Amino acid sequence: MDAHPTPSPSFLQAIFAIVWKDLRAEFRSFELVSSMLVFSLLVILIFNFALELDIKTRQSVTAGVLWTTFAFAGTLGLNRSMAIEKDRGSLDGLLLAPVDRSAIYFGKFISNLAFMLLVEIIVLPIYSILYNTNLFQPGLLLVILLGSIGYTAVGTLLSAMSVQTRTRDVLLPILLFPVAFSVLLAAVKASGGFLNNSELTEILLPINLLIAYDVIFIAVSFMVFDTIVEE
Amino acid sequence: MQPKPVVLRILDVISILVLGIAAYLALVIAPTERVMGDVQRIFYFHVGTAWTALLGFIFAAVLSVIYLITKDRKWDRIQVAAIEVSLVFFLITIVLGSIWARPVWNTWWTWDPRLTTATITELIYIAYFMLRQGIDDPDRRARFGAIYALLGGLSAPITFFAIRLFRTIHPVVIGGSNPEADGSFSMTGDMLNVFFFALFTFTIIFIDLFWNRIRLGDLQEKVEQLKLKVMM
Repeated sequence: MDAHPTPSPSFLQAIFAIVWKDLRAEFRSFELVSSMLVFSLLVILIFNFALELDIKTRQSVTAGVLWTTFAFAGTLGLNRSMAIEKDRGSLDGLLLAPVDRSAIYFGKFISNLAFMLLVEIIVLPIYSILYNTNLFQPGLLLVILLGSIGYTAVGTLLSAMSVQTRTRDVLLPILLFPVAFSVLLAAVKASGGFLNNSELTEILLPINLLIAYDVIFIAVSFMVFDTIVEE
Repeated sequence: MQPKPVVLRILDVISILVLGIAAYLALVIAPTERVMGDVQRIFYFHVGTAWTALLGFIFAAVLSVIYLITKDRKWDRIQVAAIEVSLVFFLITIVLGSIWARPVWNTWWTWDPRLTTATITELIYIAYFMLRQGIDDPDRRARFGAIYALLGGLSAPITFFAIRLFRTIHPVVIGGSNPEADGSFSMTGDMLNVFFFALFTFTIIFIDLFWNRIRLGDLQEKVEQLKLKVMM
């Protein structure tokens, strides 16, 4: 085809290039992370008054408040990150690149995950200071990592779908929440377990479920992403 | 337009007949349950619709895979039919269950694993139709529909396990304990016969509606093609 064929990049190189592109664009504008962050703080503020987060209530609902906040902020980021690609036509550019299509999925997945983790890493200390609890426990951080992986794995796939529909941003949460219901549930359960110092055997079950969910849905997304972007 | 196949016409009539018979059996012939009384008669139709709807959803997930491999739109039309009929059947299941639960559990609703999974499943397939509605290109609509139905079919059983782990550790506070413990009963001979007849009935009705819906989808497709031809 090409008179001077350029060597096509390897799978990992392609993923890295997409992640790097997204991160660089983000660090120039901070559009995505800043809106997710402000939104998260607003959600926590609303929860504070809606649930009257006194010490007693907090003990039972902190995990739920955190995950609701992350889930809402997550959809915001997922929507935006795919919409940017679509609106500026860069998705077509990505699709023309001589790389495996699933590399695009993994690239977007990793950068979405990075944004979500970044927001979570900022929200956690703020929540800790506001409510005088220590959320920096290794167990909780592991759960947040596993939960975010599952959530963004499905979210990236579904946002690639919803961005190509007429209703776009409205549709993503409607598609995502019922499918991601179990990952959020297991994450709340495991986080609550760590926060309330439950027995490890009680926490192990939801963590196993999170791992299973992550593996299953990354595998499925990897297999079907091709079909979503093909013309 | 081709006329309705004769077999389908016959099946239409049979569906109505067996529905009548099943209603008679469930309401009159089946013995009254000792503890719950007449409200237990809901059970026959409740399980009948649930059984067919769940089979329909599983079938739809299988059709997703077939469509994604073959890319033949015929499978997409069959999938839409399966999901649409199953969605209605499952809604009937939930409503009937709720009516039964009011006297037996003393509440219309409780966040028990089965009830919650049923709700999430309904929501998944409602989202499925909303997704399809937002896409104009029929091939893309079929592809996205297939992928979403596959994701939904995979996530439903995981959801069931996720809630089980929630609810087995935290007891259900309002509305007593879980369904196995509260409102369970063992079926006697006549009850079993009626039960199996109800299952048979709803399988027949499901097949009949399913077939009619597939036919409707085929006709829709034809109309769309004719419209395109006229416009050209």
